[in-house]
Parts: sequence; C-alpha cells; structure tokens
Amino acid sequence: MPHDAAATLNSPDGKGPPESLQDPHFLESLRQQMVKFARLQLRDEDLAEDAVQEALAGALKNADSFARQSALRTWVFSILKYKIADALRYRQRVIASSELGDDEHREQAFMDALFKTNGHWHKAERPTSWSGPQGRVQSEHFWRVFDACLNGLPEKQARVFMMREFIELESEEICSQLDLTTSNLHVILYRARMRLRKCLESSWFSPNERKTLTKEGRR
Amino acid sequence: MMDCKQATRLASESLERKLKTGEKLELKLHLAICSGCRNFARQMSTLRGLARDYALGEEENPPQGQPQDAGKSSPEE
Repeated sequence: MPHDAAATLNSPDGKGPPESLQDPHFLESLRQQMVKFARLQLRDEDLAEDAVQEALAGALKNADSFARQSALRTWVFSILKYKIADALRYRQRVIASSELGDDEHREQAFMDALFKTNGHWHKAERPTSWSGPQGRVQSEHFWRVFDACLNGLPEKQARVFMMREFIELESEEICSQLDLTTSNLHVILYRARMRLRKCLESSWFSPNERKTLTKEGRR
Repeated sequence: MMDCKQATRLASESLERKLKTGEKLELKLHLAICSGCRNFARQMSTLRGLARDYALGEEENPPQGQPQDAGKSSPEE
C-alpha cells in the first residue's frame, strides 16, 4: 500500500509522465487535497464531498485537454472553487448581486488602478513589450509563475478563461454551459486577461523590477 | 477618439469575434499612436499561445535556437 501518494502531486510541475492523468494515485491525492480545501471553505463534510465529486466529474470530462499535471490541477481547482461559491451562496441564500457573479466594486477598483479617469493608462501601468530577455523563456519557473497568476484570478474569471483558452471552447458553448450572455462573456474574459497580463508582466516580464513570487501556485 | 480602456476591450474581444470594420479602423488608429495598447494587443495573442502551451505541456512553436527543457511531457498518443 503506497502511503506517499502525495509525492506524485508534489513532483515538479509538468515533469510527471502523461499517463499520470490516468494514474489513480495522482487522482486520489488530488481528490484528497480538494476535499481538504472544500472542507475548510464550507465547514460541512457532506457539502464538501458533493462539491468535490461534482468538480472532479466535470473536470475529468475534459482531462484529454491536459498533458500537464499542474494545468489539470489548476483547472480542477477552478471548478471546485466555483462549486464552493455556489454552495455558499445557496446556503446563505444570497443571490448574486450582479449578473456577472463578479464583485463589481473589486473590478472597478482594479480598473481604476490601471486607467486614469480619461480612460488612458496610468503611466506606471502602461503595458511594456514582452520581447525582452524574459520573452521567450518558458522554463519550469515560468510555468510556476503562470500557474500562480491563474490561481490569483477570481473564480469565475479563472473558469471562463480556462474554458476558452485551455479547452478551447467556442464562445457560444461557454455561454450556454454557464448561462451567460455574449457580452457577459466578453467582459469576464477581458477582466481575466487584464489580470493575467498584469500579473505576468510584474512577476516575470518586467525587466527592471522582477519580483519573485513567494508562494508557489499550488495549495 | 477611442481611449485605452475601449481599445484594450476591443483587442480582447477580437479573440472571440470578428470586429466590425469601424471598430477595426478605430482600434488601428488608436494603436498607431499608443505604444501601451500596442504592447497590450501583442500580449493578448501571446497570452493565448501561453495558455495553450500550458494546458498541453509542450511547446508548439519552439523559439529559434533556444533549447527548451520545459514541459517535456507530451500526450501519450
């Protein structure tokens, strides 16, 4: 009986053999991590198990789209976070205040930090060219930064972004699966890309002040 | 005249839908005078490429002469 299933999960990102997606140890340790995460959030054993079950079932339908373990993990967790948010909302009987399910105050603050009132970039926020020395390097370190940036997205944005860019679903399909209007979808993707590019630029591409992320993008 | 907020919004949307002729023209004009948005527009397509590479765990277009050791794993087929 292997007792170190978690080791599979903690192996360096992307280095695992691709078969590990079918690897029951990988899946089991992934599931355990999810349950732990869901329990912390929901504080209810049954709800947590349900959320994990639904998230895993949904995610594994698309497992073919992922050869990289860390990408699959990020995807699965994005669905789980979404399910948890749903469960919490249901339990608290709080109807999402906006049709986007996004926190509009948070989004407004984010945009205000980027753009002046006249709609132009704040000088310090102006996007830079990514063609510098960091531009073409896609090392394991880079992918960890990428992973961390994805994990920093609000749940809905992460999920929609991954459906569009990882699984490469067409807009109409995402809209019908998530019950969104086309313009909602555009806004959500815009916000997700805005956040991601900012995160990547300041964590990786910015040539002068390259901050190192202190936390790896996994939990 | 289009501002940066509108220009970036359109640059993102162009990944989901074909822009109308008028929109395309306005965006083009804006990009001609705004280096920040020009960089943003390029980053949008880079981001798409990165996301796909990330999910697939492989480099679809390895850069010239740069040995890649990231994401060696490939789909089993």
